Amino acid sequence: MNEIHDGSHGGRIEACDLSIAWHTGKENFRAVERVGFDIAPGEFVCVLGPSGCGKSTLLGALAGHIRPSAGNLALDGKTILGPAPERGLVFQHHTLFPWKKVIDNVAFGLKMKGVARAEREARARELLELVGLAEFGDKYPVQLSGGMQQRVEIARVLINHPRVLLMDEPFSALDAQTRWVMQQLLLQIWTNIRTTVVFVTHDIDEALFLSDRVLVMTRCPGRIREDIAVRTERPRGEAWLTSDEFIRLKRHCLDLVHDERRRDAPTPERSAQPAMTLQLAGAIS
Amino acid sequence: MGEPQTGASAESVPFPAAPSLDANVASNDAEIGVPEPGSGRRGRLPLGRLLVRLGSLALFVAFWQFASEHRLHLGLVTFQNIPAPSEVVPALWDLLQSPKVGNHVGSSLYRVFAGFVSATVTGVVLGLLIGRSRWAADLLQPPLEMLRPIPGVAWIPLAILMFPSSELSMIYITFVGALFPVLLNTIHGVGAIDPRLISAAKSLGAGRLRLLLEVILPGAAPSIVTGLSIGMGTCWFCLVTAEMIAGQYGIGYYTWESYNLQSYADIVVGMLFIGVFGMASSVLVRKLGNLLTPWYRIEARREHE
Repeated sequence: MNEIHDGSHGGRIEACDLSIAWHTGKENFRAVERVGFDIAPGEFVCVLGPSGCGKSTLLGALAGHIRPSAGNLALDGKTILGPAPERGLVFQHHTLFPWKKVIDNVAFGLKMKGVARAEREARARELLELVGLAEFGDKYPVQLSGGMQQRVEIARVLINHPRVLLMDEPFSALDAQTRWVMQQLLLQIWTNIRTTVVFVTHDIDEALFLSDRVLVMTRCPGRIREDIAVRTERPRGEAWLTSDEFIRLKRHCLDLVHDERRRDAPTPERSAQPAMTLQLAGAIS
Repeated sequence: MGEPQTGASAESVPFPAAPSLDANVASNDAEIGVPEPGSGRRGRLPLGRLLVRLGSLALFVAFWQFASEHRLHLGLVTFQNIPAPSEVVPALWDLLQSPKVGNHVGSSLYRVFAGFVSATVTGVVLGLLIGRSRWAADLLQPPLEMLRPIPGVAWIPLAILMFPSSELSMIYITFVGALFPVLLNTIHGVGAIDPRLISAAKSLGAGRLRLLLEVILPGAAPSIVTGLSIGMGTCWFCLVTAEMIAGQYGIGYYTWESYNLQSYADIVVGMLFIGVFGMASSVLVRKLGNLLTPWYRIEARREHE
């Protein structure tokens, strides 16, 4: 596992004046507009925003599956041109290959590199141990629970020693208990490997618990509204979740999100029907 | 195995506007009442039901015997020239004893095998191409769409003209019969693969060829297996017809020849052979398919529970 410990393998992300647009027929939808940020190697950054704010699109561009329409997106000074194993992507619902056993799913990246069977299986076993699934190598993905499937997914991405781990609401389909376990597990793994993590979520608590920095996005068009530093030291436990600082940051995030809703609501501020406005805002969020 | 797979090939076969002949073969294949050997998890039938089923079979044979013996004439249908089971069994025995049987069965099996294997290779390769590349789809699909509704049997005269040897023409007809079920199910299977799996594979470093072998082919495999088991049915259907017209040796040839020679008991013997070998090869294809797609059985079992 020594190789995974290596924290010196870069992972600086630079986004400069980045725009991403969808062309559907004559419609031109601006999903992300003129976004710029820097992420330091080994930093854990959450992108927080309502659904439809373009945060997943941004992540897709980082993964190399979506082409930006303007601006530049670079990893360690090299412009991102397409998908690559150095940028591992974890989706909301697992994308394990149903026809491969768990161990072969985890070893997939090494197989693509041409690593011999014995070696890639040994390393896949190490990774499975890291995520606490050492005994499940011979199962098929369908035989695992949702939380376990996400663990395998993370192990499969980590075997490639990615410089960046991109996570698209990876725990949002899990029940609250499992989600809490997975968040702690992720932090524990990240402590060991210190890769850069970009974690997309719409859950304020999750963002504040996990990250060094929270990028709050607005929607239509997707922009970065605020860059919030979360400086609390690690390891963080349950105490952090009820601390004054946590509450203060959470309130601030809530204010930002409410601001967003107010801006979105089609009725003017001094409406005669406030109940109606509230309802609309609820529907939009 | 058994239940889920059988259900899949009968109902959810992705077969838009298939020629009715094919559909017949497919459903025969699946609905045959005889429980296949080792139909596994469903467990054995209770003794009572087993007796009823055996009784039904005995009753059927008894009626056949009675009708043939008494030269029953039922208006629309007549049993006057129909050989009774008591004549068929000795005829079957005679054929099994004779040296011809190896020739007949061997030629038929060889033709089915050659046609089926070439249809499998062609169907899967073309299906992967069409399913993955818009360019290939535009180039290949129009002529294939035009040929698809033409049943294999309709090819017989043209096949005789096209191929110098009657052997090749018969193999060609079997090939045509199996090709379209395999091709269509492959295309469907490729189209049904979750695009996120493809993105994930690319992110993990898979190139074009690896993507095809590691993701597309196994992803489409369950659907391809369905196509193969339908294709095996159409193979036999086409072969027997082709042999009746163009053959020397072969079970279909034997059946038709028996009609010409007025040895009517042998017709039924031929039919029995066709049934037994057709069913056996379908079961074989399904078993092999299940071996190749073990994860699919686990998934199906989970859904049924």
